[in-house]
Amino acid sequence: MHDLLGYLLFCAVLTAGGWALAGLMTRVYAAERTPLSPVFDPLERGFYRLAGIRADVSQGWKAYALAVLVFNLTGFVALYAILRLQGALPLNPDGIAGMPADLAFNTAISFVTNTNWQAYSGEAQLSYLAQMAGLTVQNFVSAATGMAVGIAVIRGFTGERGAGLGNFWADMTRSVLYVLMPLSVVVALVLAVQGVPQTLLGAVHATTVEGADQVIARGPAAAQIAIKQLGTNGGGFFGVNSAHPFENPTVLSNMVQCLSILLIPVAFCFVFGRMAQDRRQGWAIFAAMGVMFVLGLVVIWWGETGGTAVLGLGTNMEGKEQRFGAGLSALWAAATTAASNGSVNAMHDSFMPLSGLVEMVNMMIGEVVFGGVGAGLYGMLLYVVLAVFLAGLMVGRTPEYLGRKIEAREVTLAMLAFLSMPFGILAGGAISASVPAALASVQEAGPHGLSEILYAYSSAIGNNGSAFGGFGAATQWQTTTLGLLMLLGRYAIIVPMLSIAGSLGAKQRAAVTSGTFPTHGPLFVTLLILTVAILGALTFFPVLALGPIAEQTALAAGHSF
Amino acid sequence: MSISPSAHPGLYAAALKAAFAKLHPRALIGNAVIFVTAVTAGLTTVLALRDLAIGAPGWGVTLQLAFWLWVCVLFANFAEALAEGRGKARADSLRATKAETMVRLLAREDDPAPKPVPSSALRAGQLVRVEAGDLIPTDAEVIRGVASVDESAITGESAPVIRDSGGDRCSVTGGTRIVSDSLILRITAEPGKSFLDRMIALVEGAERQKTPNEIALNILLAGLTLIFLFVVVTLAPFARYSGIAIPVVTLAALFVTLIPTTIGGLLSAIGIAGMDRLVRANVIAKSGRAVEAAGDVDTLLLDKTGTITFGNRMADAFYPARGVSETQLVRAAWLASLSDATPEGKSIVDLARRLLPALTGETPDMGESVAFSAQTRLSGVDLPGRQLRKGAVDAVERFVGRSADPALRAKIDEIARSGGTPLLVAQDDVILGAIHLKDVIKPGVRERFAELRAMGIRTVMITGDNPLTAAAIAAEAGVDDFLAEATPEMKLDYIRREQAGGRLVAMCGDGSNDAPALAQADVGVAMNSGTPAAKEAANLIDLDSDPTKLIEVVLVGKQLLISRGALTTFSIANDVAKYFAILPAIFVAAFPGLGVLNVMGLASPQSALLSAVIFNALIIVALIPLALRGVKYQPSSAAALLRRNLSIYGLGGLIVPFIGIKAIDIAVTALGLV
Repeated sequence: MHDLLGYLLFCAVLTAGGWALAGLMTRVYAAERTPLSPVFDPLERGFYRLAGIRADVSQGWKAYALAVLVFNLTGFVALYAILRLQGALPLNPDGIAGMPADLAFNTAISFVTNTNWQAYSGEAQLSYLAQMAGLTVQNFVSAATGMAVGIAVIRGFTGERGAGLGNFWADMTRSVLYVLMPLSVVVALVLAVQGVPQTLLGAVHATTVEGADQVIARGPAAAQIAIKQLGTNGGGFFGVNSAHPFENPTVLSNMVQCLSILLIPVAFCFVFGRMAQDRRQGWAIFAAMGVMFVLGLVVIWWGETGGTAVLGLGTNMEGKEQRFGAGLSALWAAATTAASNGSVNAMHDSFMPLSGLVEMVNMMIGEVVFGGVGAGLYGMLLYVVLAVFLAGLMVGRTPEYLGRKIEAREVTLAMLAFLSMPFGILAGGAISASVPAALASVQEAGPHGLSEILYAYSSAIGNNGSAFGGFGAATQWQTTTLGLLMLLGRYAIIVPMLSIAGSLGAKQRAAVTSGTFPTHGPLFVTLLILTVAILGALTFFPVLALGPIAEQTALAAGHSF
Repeated sequence: MSISPSAHPGLYAAALKAAFAKLHPRALIGNAVIFVTAVTAGLTTVLALRDLAIGAPGWGVTLQLAFWLWVCVLFANFAEALAEGRGKARADSLRATKAETMVRLLAREDDPAPKPVPSSALRAGQLVRVEAGDLIPTDAEVIRGVASVDESAITGESAPVIRDSGGDRCSVTGGTRIVSDSLILRITAEPGKSFLDRMIALVEGAERQKTPNEIALNILLAGLTLIFLFVVVTLAPFARYSGIAIPVVTLAALFVTLIPTTIGGLLSAIGIAGMDRLVRANVIAKSGRAVEAAGDVDTLLLDKTGTITFGNRMADAFYPARGVSETQLVRAAWLASLSDATPEGKSIVDLARRLLPALTGETPDMGESVAFSAQTRLSGVDLPGRQLRKGAVDAVERFVGRSADPALRAKIDEIARSGGTPLLVAQDDVILGAIHLKDVIKPGVRERFAELRAMGIRTVMITGDNPLTAAAIAAEAGVDDFLAEATPEMKLDYIRREQAGGRLVAMCGDGSNDAPALAQADVGVAMNSGTPAAKEAANLIDLDSDPTKLIEVVLVGKQLLISRGALTTFSIANDVAKYFAILPAIFVAAFPGLGVLNVMGLASPQSALLSAVIFNALIIVALIPLALRGVKYQPSSAAALLRRNLSIYGLGGLIVPFIGIKAIDIAVTALGLV
C-alpha cells in the first residue's frame, strides 16, 4: 500500500513543480525578463548576432516548419558524421571504432527525433566525444525542437490573429538556455551527489575477488542522464539505461529522474492555459492526461504486484532491480512510456503482459499522456481538434476551439497527422511479422514475440525509444525501417500540426458566449479521454488482442510463452 | 405545407426503387464510406458464390453476410432517397404553379400594342403587362401601377398583398396571381433562374452542394475509413504470425462494421432534411453555407416593428386633466375616435369600451368628422355646439390656445419617457386629458429572447424611434441592446463592429437601403416582399415576409448541425461493441483465453459475425426517422446541450449495440441461420 502513497506524493510534487515551471516558461517564451535573464540575456543576444538571427521576427507556419526541418537535417548530418568517424576523433580513451552505416543512420535519426532508440550499447560502441558532442548535444536540441514546436503550436491556437507562430531560432535557443540547461545542472548535481559518475577518464580495470579481470565502464554520465530525462530523450549512457547502478544508484536518484521525465511535459499543459489566457483550458488538458497516466500506472502496478497471482507467484521481480522493487519500477514504466522518454529502470520485456499492454497503449495513442517535451502537448491538441470537431457539432454550432473554427482544412491536416500512427505501427508491424529478415529479430515465440514487434514499432513511431529486451534491433532491416518510422512519427506530425496552428492563428477568434462549446470542465475531459481511447487505442485492439491480451489470458489459463 | 412520409405511402415505394437505382457506381462514388461498403459487399458476394459453387463449408453464412452488406448499402441509399422524395413531392406541387402562359410583352413602357409571347421566352430586363386574373410569369419588379396579388401558391398566405412601384413592395414572384388592377413589370430573372425554379431545385436536392461542415465531416469519415482499412488489411499477416488464417469474408465483415457506415449512410439525408425543414418554414436558402452559418449566429438584429412589437401603437390608459372626470375624458376620446379608421383610433375606441362597457350599446350622433392631416396633426369630430379633438400634444395645445396643467404635463412627460406616445384630448378650449399610446410587445417575445440568451445569442432591436422610446421598449421586450434612430449606415456600422468582435451577425431587411447591411451580415434574410436589391444581397429569402422568421432559421441551422454531430458520435461509439463481438469470434479458436472478450456471450463465432453485420445494417434504417426529423432541440446553453446529447448519443452509442447485437444473436441462433 505504501507504493500508492508514494505515487500520490509523486503526483503532487510533479503537479506543483510543473505548475511552477510553467510560469517561468511562459515568461521565457514571451521574451520577458526572468531571474535568469542577467546571466543568459547577453549570451542569447550575442548568439543571435553571431548567427545573424533576428529573433523578434515572427514566422508563418511554413517558415517555422522549414526552420525546424533545416535545423534537424543539419543535426542529423553532423551526428551521422561523428558516429561514423568517432574512431579517428579525439576523446576516445577506449579506442572505440566508427559505427557501421546502418546503425549510425538509425542512431542519428533516433537522437535527432528525440526518440533515443538505442540499437547499440553506449559503453561499448560510443566514444566520449560521440556521447558528449554528438548525443548530448542532440539530447538538448532535439528536446528544444519539440519544445519550440509545442510553443509555436500553442501560439497558433491561442495567439492574436495573424501574429504568426513566433521565431523558431529564438524559441529553440530560449528552450536550451533558460529551461533545459539550468534544470540539467541542478539534476546533474543531485545525481552526482547520489553517486553517478561524471568523469572523462577511461574505464576502470579491476581484478575481482576470484582473480578475474573486469572492465568497469564509466564516463561523463551525470550530465547526459540529467538531460536524457528532462528532455524526454531516454538514451542511456550505459546500455541497460537507468537500471545500471552507475546511471541510477539510489531510490532518491530514481525519484529525481522520474520527476524529471514528466516535469516539462506537465509544465506544457499549464503553459498552454497561461498563453490561452484561460488557465482552465490548461487544467482540462492536464486532467485528461493525468487521469490516463494514473489509470495506466495503477494497472501496471497491479500487474506487477497482484497480477502474478495467476502464476501462483508473489510480486514479479524478474528483470527488476532489488533497490527499486516492483513499485518504483512500475512508476518508471508508466512515466517513461507515457512521456515518450524511453529510459528504463527495469526490463519491460519481463513485465506481465497486462503491464506491457499499458506501456504499448501509452505509445500507440501517439505519446499524448504528457508525452515528449512539447510533442505531448501538440499531440494531444491533435486529439482535441478531433474531439471538438466530432462532439462540438452537438451544441449546434460549427465546431470551434478557443474561438477558432475547425473546418475542412484543419480536419484534413489532423487526419493526415493522425494516420501516421496506425500506418507506422500496423503496416510496419505487419511487414515485420511476415518478412523473414525482420522475424530474425524476434526472440520469443507466440503472442510475446508479436508483442516485441508491436512494442518496437510503437516505440519508434511514438519517438519513445524503449524496447522489449528480447527484440534484436541491430539488424540491418530493423535499423533501416525503424529509422524511417522514427522520421515519420516525428515530422509527419510536426508539419501538419504547425500547419493547423498557422491556419487557426489566421482565423478571426469568435466571441465566447453561453452558446460556445465548453472546452474545460469534467465533461470535456471525459470526452477527450474517450476520443483518445476510441480513435487512438481502439484502432490497435485487434493486434493487441493477438499480442499482450492473448498472452495474459493464456497465462491465466496456465500457459506461458 | 408539410409532407410527411406517412401521409404519402407512395414515397416509400419510390424511395425503395431509387435505393436500387442509386447502386450505380456513379451515384455511389460521392459518398466514400458507402462506396467502400458497396465494393466490400461486391467482393463478399463473389467469394460467397465461389464457396457456393465449390460447396465450401459455411457458404450459407458467407452468403448471408454478403446479403446483409448489400442491405446496408441499400438502407443508406433508401435514407437519401426518402429525404429527396419528400422534397420532390413538394417540388411537384410548386411546379404545378409554373404553368406555361402567354404574356403581353411591351416594347416600351407605354407601348400600346403588346406582343403575345410564351412566358418561358421571357428574358431579364423585358417589360410585360399583367392584368387581373393573370399568373405572374416570373420574378419581376413593378415599374408602374398598383395591384393586389395573391401569393398563396408560394407563401400559403391567403390574403392578397398590395404591390406597387418604387417602394419596398415593388417585387413580385413568379407563380403568384394578380387579383385586381394591372401592373407593368420589368422581368428580373433569366429563364430557369426564378425563385420558383430555385425553390424547386432546392427541395429536390438536385443542385445540392455539400456545405463546408459536411465536407469537413466527409474528410474525417474518409480518414477513419482509411485507418480501419489499415487495421483490417494488416490483421491478416498479424494473425498469420499467430497461426490463425482469417477468411477474407470475415475481414470484410469486420471492416464494414468498423467504418462509420451509420453516419456515412445518413449524412446526406440529414442535410436534405435540414433544407426541407427550412423550405417548409417558407424560407429559401441561396446556399447551404447560409443555413450552417445560421446555427453559428451570435447576434440577431431584429426590426422592432413586426418582430418585437405589433405594427401599431395602441391606447393603453387615459389620464384626465385637473377637474375632469375620467368618464368625461373616456367618452370624449371615444366620440373623437369613432370615425377614425387608423389602428390607433380603433385601439382608443376598444379601450374606451373596455373601461366604460355602457358605451358598447350607444349609437351616438356621428357628427361631422375631422380627418387627420399632416398640417394640423389633429383629428376629431364636430358635434352640434362642440368640437372634440385629439392629437399630438403641441397641436392640441395650439388648438385650445393654452397649455396643459402642471400635473397633466408631468404625466405627459412620464408617458414620453416610458417610450409611449402621449395624445391630448380637448373639447373646444378645454384640455380634457391625455391618452397613453403604447407600443405593445408581442406576447411570448420576452421568453423567446431569454431562450436565445441562454443559447448565447444576443438580440439587438433596430428602430427608428428616439433613444428614450427605444430604451423603454428594449427594456420591456428584454433585448440585449438597441439601435435607435437607426439609419442603414448605422446598421452597417453596428454589424461591422460586432463582426470585429468575433461575432456572427444575422439580420433581416426589405428595403433597398438595407442591401449593404444584408450583404455584410453573415446571415441576411430578405423579405420576399422586399426590393430586388435586398433580395439579391441576402442569402436567405423569407417567402412569408415575416421578420420573426430569423429566429426559426437559427434554430433550423442549429438542429441540422446537432443531428449531424449526434449521429456521428453515435456511429463512432458503436465500434466498441463491434470489436467485442467480432474479435473473440475470430481469435478464440487459436487463443481460447480470448473468450473472455466475448462479454455478450454470443452463441458462436458465425452468429457473432452475422449479428454484428445485421446490427450494422439495421441501425441505419432505425435511425432514418431521426435523421429526417432532426435531433430534438431545446434551446439551452451549450454546456447543457453537450451534456444531454453526449449522454444520449455518446453513451447510447456505446451501450445500444451491445444490447442490439446480443438480441440479434439470440434471434439468429433461434432461427437456425448459422
